[in-house]
Amino acid sequence: MPLVGVRGVSKVFANGVQALVNVALDVEAGEFLSVLGPSGCGKSTLLRLIAGLIQPSGGTIDSSAGRADLGFVFQEPTLMPWATALANVALPLKLHGVARSEREARAAEALGNVGLKGFERTWPRELSGGMKMRVSIARALVTGPRLLLMDEPFAALDEITRHRLNADLLELWQRSKVTVVFVTHSVFESVFLSQRIAVMAARPGRVLSELSIAAPYPRSASFRTSAEYAAYCRQASARLGEAMAA
Amino acid sequence: MSARIIAPVVLGVAMLGLWEAAVRAAGIPPYILPGPILVAKTLVADWGTLAPSLLVTIEITVEALLAAVVVGGLLAVLFSLSRWIELSLFPYAIILQVTPIVAIAPLIIVWANNVELSLLICAWLVAFFPILSNSILGLRSVDPNLLSLFELYGAGGWRTLIDLRLPSALPYFLGGLRISGGLALIGAVVAEFVAGTGGNGSGLAYRILESGYQLKIPRMFAALALISATGIVIFLLLTLLSHLLLRHWHESALAPER
Repeated sequence: MPLVGVRGVSKVFANGVQALVNVALDVEAGEFLSVLGPSGCGKSTLLRLIAGLIQPSGGTIDSSAGRADLGFVFQEPTLMPWATALANVALPLKLHGVARSEREARAAEALGNVGLKGFERTWPRELSGGMKMRVSIARALVTGPRLLLMDEPFAALDEITRHRLNADLLELWQRSKVTVVFVTHSVFESVFLSQRIAVMAARPGRVLSELSIAAPYPRSASFRTSAEYAAYCRQASARLGEAMAA
Repeated sequence: MSARIIAPVVLGVAMLGLWEAAVRAAGIPPYILPGPILVAKTLVADWGTLAPSLLVTIEITVEALLAAVVVGGLLAVLFSLSRWIELSLFPYAIILQVTPIVAIAPLIIVWANNVELSLLICAWLVAFFPILSNSILGLRSVDPNLLSLFELYGAGGWRTLIDLRLPSALPYFLGGLRISGGLALIGAVVAEFVAGTGGNGSGLAYRILESGYQLKIPRMFAALALISATGIVIFLLLTLLSHLLLRHWHESALAPER
């Protein structure tokens, strides 16, 4: 049984825009799934539906991951500028009523896991874009979620930073065994990261096809230059092309 | 010392020198225009009368500002919590703001039947609106993704208010506070004038009126200088407060990188 089952889900917004129509998608426990599609295809809407932040207009979402099992990473780091890195990471624990000493210890550990040991007392404005995103990921992981939802988290970063964060994210995923749903518009990023790619088409948003990436983990930087990677990228690009034409 | 201190000080001293020289050269009598040296001398000589008046004006200004912070802040929170309360009350807040205080001060003085209380009400009326409107703007300017995050982690309305809406609104509130600080002083002085024409009063504005009647123009200038100095000190103190509260995180309080 999948961790999340999206069955025949449609979403019409109050302004009449049909964001999603009849979307079916299973998320298996422990997998790394990318949702790839052009802008405006409803990728983010799908993620917010899975998170329970909005309700579907039709269809159902069966999830055995409750709210307490969720972590969410937005396209922007979405940090509280008035709080230190540590306080930002500790926020979910604070909202769950965890005592101060415990939540600070766990937040410090989560910061260490994303490579930011020693940055506990820094303010968000003192951090680079990539470091802010690391804080954001630490915040999403601090509660030990079973399902991590990521909405184009690296889209605003430069390529060098993005590649490093891709590699570190994979390492975190393998270590924590968290299930990841990763929304992106980048073919290369989705192939590098995922075991499976769901390709979406726009207007109205729907899942058009799925593609398995069978390359083994750990995937190092050399995977990016391999023939296997290039072949998968060609396949994914072709699928995306079909989705754009559909 | 930086240029931003030296430049205005040099200009100010030069203008005062020019003023003194002009008064002496043209032989202008002090009951028309006293020179700055005579004004300073009067300030010292009349300190016994002026200081208590200064204290009265400062007291009313500070009390009005505190009342504006409490009422403006609480109303803003209330408005942010209930759309209906905002829709019902906000037009009246605007009416209070746009009605000239000089026009309603006599009414307030008659109704309140207590000079100090009526001055306080007038100063408060002038001061509270910037705090209210800025705080409302701030409470609404919350990052929608952070709101989603608070919702995701099951934060209730109260937690969201304390940990998200209030800190988000703080820079806006402080901006309003700096405007209100000056307005509270203006409101206090205007109300004192109105009350003073009726023969009641002890604040600086009353001293100005009194000096005018008695043709003690140097003392009028001395009182005026004290009002300006009070306004400047209020502004500097509120700017310092704003800097201390925002220095770690808000763009307005950050030094530009060189």
